[in-house]
Amino acid sequence: MAEAPFGLLAELTHRCPLQCGYCSNPVELVRRDAELDTESWRRVFDQARSLGALQIHLSGGEPLLRPDLPELVTHANSLGCYVNLVTSGVGLSRERLRELASRGVDHVQLSLQDATRAGNDRIAGIKAFDRKVQAAAHIREEGLPLTVNTVLHRQNLDNIAGIIAMAEEMGAERLELANTQYYGWALRNRAVLLPTREQLAHADPIVAAAQERLRGRMEIVYVIADYHEAHPKPCMYGWGARQLTVAPNGDVLPCPAATVISSLKIENVRESSLHDIWHNSPSFNAFRGFEWMRDPCRSCPRKEIDFGGCRCQAFQLTGDAANTDPVCTLSPERSTVDLILETEMAPAEVPAMAMRKMS
Amino acid sequence: MTTVVALDAVPRIRRGVKCTYDQIREAHVVLFPEGVLVLNETAASVVSLCDGVRSVGDIALALGDLYAGVQPEDVAELVARLVGRRVVDVDG
Repeated sequence: MAEAPFGLLAELTHRCPLQCGYCSNPVELVRRDAELDTESWRRVFDQARSLGALQIHLSGGEPLLRPDLPELVTHANSLGCYVNLVTSGVGLSRERLRELASRGVDHVQLSLQDATRAGNDRIAGIKAFDRKVQAAAHIREEGLPLTVNTVLHRQNLDNIAGIIAMAEEMGAERLELANTQYYGWALRNRAVLLPTREQLAHADPIVAAAQERLRGRMEIVYVIADYHEAHPKPCMYGWGARQLTVAPNGDVLPCPAATVISSLKIENVRESSLHDIWHNSPSFNAFRGFEWMRDPCRSCPRKEIDFGGCRCQAFQLTGDAANTDPVCTLSPERSTVDLILETEMAPAEVPAMAMRKMS
Repeated sequence: MTTVVALDAVPRIRRGVKCTYDQIREAHVVLFPEGVLVLNETAASVVSLCDGVRSVGDIALALGDLYAGVQPEDVAELVARLVGRRVVDVDG
């Protein structure tokens, strides 16, 4: 039997006031009328806890758009779970935060698009910067630990020092600097987002120096730009290994992007229990462990480190989710990634960013 | 990277870290922003004594009442690992 998951990523809604073109949500966003109701989410949390999940990440979209968020926080907390609120900060008033904290939010992750008001609001597509700064102040006053999350790409990588300074100013204990991973909206906007080698080379030493300088005060987690690397990321630390995602409509996913693998039959909490889906479903067992692997992964010692990389990326770029992640230099299809880098890092004509919106 | 923790250092559980018992795994666990630590019995005892008052030496003494052969250096090493995982802070 598979080991129990540690975390549930609960995407309560895909609705969001922000329109970031790098959003990892699928391009086909779930509409409001298809969202699970309060009772169903409570049941999902119950089932996740009995399955072994100890962390519930309340995410989206923007979870604050769910009027039942306070009730859901209470429920997640009553199960003994660590409750993590992942938010844009838009709509996080002092009163709202106080209520959520009193009901058991343990930690807040606040997104920041860029170091400056102009940059942030251009990427977010709305005036959000001042509200984020305000939200950070509320979080600090409430005494809740804060992680600032910034997704990095061609349009903000040059401002990395300013982003780090901004997170310090906001009072963050952790800063996640995550280079864009190309799924969903980000894949659509790749030619606008892919950073150049020079940008990454410029950012690396700045991040390293800040990690050293801020040790013990603010932890900086740096997520690499995998297209530029020689080996893939250890995606999800293995398929169906540590975490599961429930999408707004109740779809249960081994990773948040898994709907892109069109050959995968996705289960839904309306039809089966999380226990059944985690342990017995074809989708969760499809790439579990090492048996599904082909060469070069199968005979590669790195399989214990990177688990063959990302199944969604293999599917998107090679058409077969069981292939080696093509960012790996050992993949026979690495040339696909190199071609993307050559043509999209600095395109002759940069396309306009497709802003994330419900169609 | 592991920091060296002195015997007179005073460890405390960090803000935002939750210690609880998981009936499913039948183990004490530590929950923090992006992770979960499943503790063995000794580690759970040490964590429960990281109260911001006792020093590493005090913790070793208290554990000596419960278990045979507790070495202060072993406690210091475990606390250092917990510092590395950002579960505890040390003063002093």
